[in-house]
Amino acid sequence: MIGIVDYGAGNLRSVLKAFDFIGIPAQVIGVPDEMKGVTHIVVPGVGAFGAAVEKLDASGFRAPLTGWVAAGRPLLGICLGMHLFLDSSEETPGSCGLGIIRGGNRKFTVGKVPQIGWNRVIPTSDPLFTGLPAEPWFYFVHSYYAVPDDPVVTIATADYGVTFPAALRKGSAVGVQFHPEKSGEAGLALLKNWGRL
Amino acid sequence: MNAIRIIPCLDVDEGRVVKGVKFANIRDAGDPVELAERYSEGGADEITFLDIGATYRSREIMRDIVEEVSRRVFVPLTVGGGIRSVEDMRTILRAGADKVAVCSAALNDPTLLTEGARRFGSQCIVLSIDAKRHGDCWHAYISGGRTDSGRDAVAWAIEGVARGAGEILLNSIDADGTQAGYDLELLRRVATAVPVPVVASGGAGKLKDFAAAVRDGKADALLLASLLHDGVMTIRQIKEYLRNEEMMVRC
Repeated sequence: MIGIVDYGAGNLRSVLKAFDFIGIPAQVIGVPDEMKGVTHIVVPGVGAFGAAVEKLDASGFRAPLTGWVAAGRPLLGICLGMHLFLDSSEETPGSCGLGIIRGGNRKFTVGKVPQIGWNRVIPTSDPLFTGLPAEPWFYFVHSYYAVPDDPVVTIATADYGVTFPAALRKGSAVGVQFHPEKSGEAGLALLKNWGRL
Repeated sequence: MNAIRIIPCLDVDEGRVVKGVKFANIRDAGDPVELAERYSEGGADEITFLDIGATYRSREIMRDIVEEVSRRVFVPLTVGGGIRSVEDMRTILRAGADKVAVCSAALNDPTLLTEGARRFGSQCIVLSIDAKRHGDCWHAYISGGRTDSGRDAVAWAIEGVARGAGEILLNSIDADGTQAGYDLELLRRVATAVPVPVVASGGAGKLKDFAAAVRDGKADALLLASLLHDGVMTIRQIKEYLRNEEMMVRC
């Protein structure tokens, strides 16, 4: 069972609908106690970094989520959900992320910002991309991108005036900058891969 | 680099697609849910629904359609027509839309864009402009292209984006239905004036029109209705053509 964290800052209904569609049981979890009943956790996210951090803290999810990853259990961050895995963001200086992946988030300085649209992703050999086209297309909506301290955690990149991480993996934590729930077949295939890991 | 998006547009009136779709193998050519699925399978990068029924009931049905489509189609969904308030926006976004398009209501009350962007983010707010040429400029029209608002279309696009619109859906009233090509000058004027994506609509008839809209009109996306509905061309054909023209499209 997959738990989708409802901390008040996510587009979680479309994520839930995508898991329903591919036949992987999923439910929304609103309090940390409900993490007991699930095997996988998704942190969605739309909005600003600082506001999301505040909501994550207010809903009591910070420590349970870091503990979850420390225990080697699967965690997926989508878009802002992934940004939260890092230490900080230029979007809200002084606001502390979960620190699961060391580094920060930076704003695009070239081109039309936010990036809204389909972009080609160049994956490494990570199992998240098993069975997908060699350079699959995904749908992106964001102004900021992750800048991890250790480049090894980047498991896929994309180009938008600058080469940025499209996906990160650190231990059992996986983050994707794009929206798999809005990326057609490639997105559903990726969610299926993750749900089976 | 983002791919040039091909966006089928379904005009819906009280739950039925109008401007009949003439595909083979369609069980119900008037069912917006089935058509959205077909277009998504056919390579649509996004799907736009326009509620052309002016009634409250038509809007309620649209909400149910969006709810159902979002369970079965996993590309971005844009919904326009009859959205007059932030509450209307919230209702349709909650049902599963990713973006809402506003036209007349925004001209009547531009704070709708400001407020919508503040509540839901600019990425959800599409400003739809129906433009008609008046001498050397274009005016933005309201009420489905029937009434001249008197507002300069380019100036309105700039204001709309400043207020929070994250995308412009630009329809040329003059070119619409002619299949004689997009109004490239209008497109270029708007696309070079705003820092957000511009979706071209109205006038496409031949494959070369799409390349012109992108190359000369600086469009980021192409909205299509009857050419696709009538089976004149498929999304894959358009994408193959654009790829041969060395433009980025999603496979």
